[in-house]
Amino acid sequence: MTIDWIWENLPLIGDLTLNHLWLTLTPTVLGLFVALPFGWWAHRSRRGRPFIVGTAGLLYTIPSLALFIILPTILGTKILDPINIVIALTIYTVSLLVRVVSDGLSSVPVDAVQAAEAMGYRSWQRLVLVELPVAVPVIAAGLRVAVVSNVSIVTMAALLGIPQLGTLFTQGFQLRLFVPLVTGILLCVVLAVILDLVIVRLGSLATPWRDRTVAA
Amino acid sequence: MSVIDWLTDPANWTGADGIPSQMGYHLLYTGIALVIAAAIAVPLGVLVGYTGKGERLVAGSANALRALPTLGLLILLFLLISPVVPGQLVYIIPTIVVLVLLAVPPILTGTYTGIQSADPDAVGAARGMGYTKLQILWHVQLPCALPLLLSGIRSSTLQVVSTATVAAYLGLQGLGRYIIDGRAQADFFQMAGGAILVAALAFALEIAFTLLGTLIVSPGLRRTSRRRRTAAPTTVTGAIPRPA
Repeated sequence: MTIDWIWENLPLIGDLTLNHLWLTLTPTVLGLFVALPFGWWAHRSRRGRPFIVGTAGLLYTIPSLALFIILPTILGTKILDPINIVIALTIYTVSLLVRVVSDGLSSVPVDAVQAAEAMGYRSWQRLVLVELPVAVPVIAAGLRVAVVSNVSIVTMAALLGIPQLGTLFTQGFQLRLFVPLVTGILLCVVLAVILDLVIVRLGSLATPWRDRTVAA
Repeated sequence: MSVIDWLTDPANWTGADGIPSQMGYHLLYTGIALVIAAAIAVPLGVLVGYTGKGERLVAGSANALRALPTLGLLILLFLLISPVVPGQLVYIIPTIVVLVLLAVPPILTGTYTGIQSADPDAVGAARGMGYTKLQILWHVQLPCALPLLLSGIRSSTLQVVSTATVAAYLGLQGLGRYIIDGRAQADFFQMAGGAILVAALAFALEIAFTLLGTLIVSPGLRRTSRRRRTAAPTTVTGAIPRPA
């Protein structure tokens, strides 16, 4: 058990990290795009809201390992196919963000909406140019939770044998070695922190007026 | 042979490794972890909510914990204690510790946000009626905190039930056995059967908690929360667990 293990396995660690990155990022981005229309729908429809948000919440309760195994039966994919992981995490991301998007849109000040209306914006223009940009901070906060959760849920796929950073955990267990295990845990945490910061940065880039009004 | 056949095969429903017995183990681990977690988190949450101190620390560590991969933590604890702890305990201790770690943040967040979100008018009215601080806590703030506290316990339960599956990887019993053994024996139907059972258990508990909520939350509280639907805080980001 030495640090040399890291140098000897550097290419493997790099591959696993890259796998982990795309297994996390793809569903997060996909999930955001699917959640936007549903969240908008939940925001607009008073009757539909409890149903949409409730269904989304129920999807969130499915255990990840169970979903990784049940999805191939439904989709007809192979159990080792990484696409199952991507779809499972997309489902979680959507179920988390639908409520967040809806809350974000509802948090837009009535004044801003009415001002847009008075200036002659059509409803879709108002949505894209006024309501969504104003809702960005709330949506970004939800996205941070989603991406950090996704980083750690991906590791569960190691129990099925799909290669990503969790593979280092099972390797550590089988070989009774600390180095791969701790390397895996640290890389997961570092990845989560970096992705979290990226979203914070993107969020503030998307809302330049906040620097001037809120922070100043 | 299909998943349905596996689930309905009488041979899988009897004996020491039958479905009822594994479900019993699964609920046993869940129960132990939840009782320990509640014993830590509820008093701590009341303290934080009542004094308003340490809130930042609690919210921060709840978020940091989200980034820690459960499987990695479980194996790390196992490797750490395996030279010193004898027998079955070497599997049981890491499992329970990890489950408790997962269960504490939602209950803690639910308790202190619940206490803080108690209607200031109600607290003021109680003070005007001559209630002492402890009486206000017990008769006003805690009942008002109950819905959020319950939703915290619900999140924890779901998280723990899902994660208890991982206990089988170390060698413990529970519904995860079917998933891990099925994987090892390349028996997909056994794996899928186990997965469906875990999902069904989580679903059943979710429904049980919804019913429990309507039974024990004060009717007065339900009336006001319905009337003020728009004003109620909807998303407490710190309280959102991650799927396990």
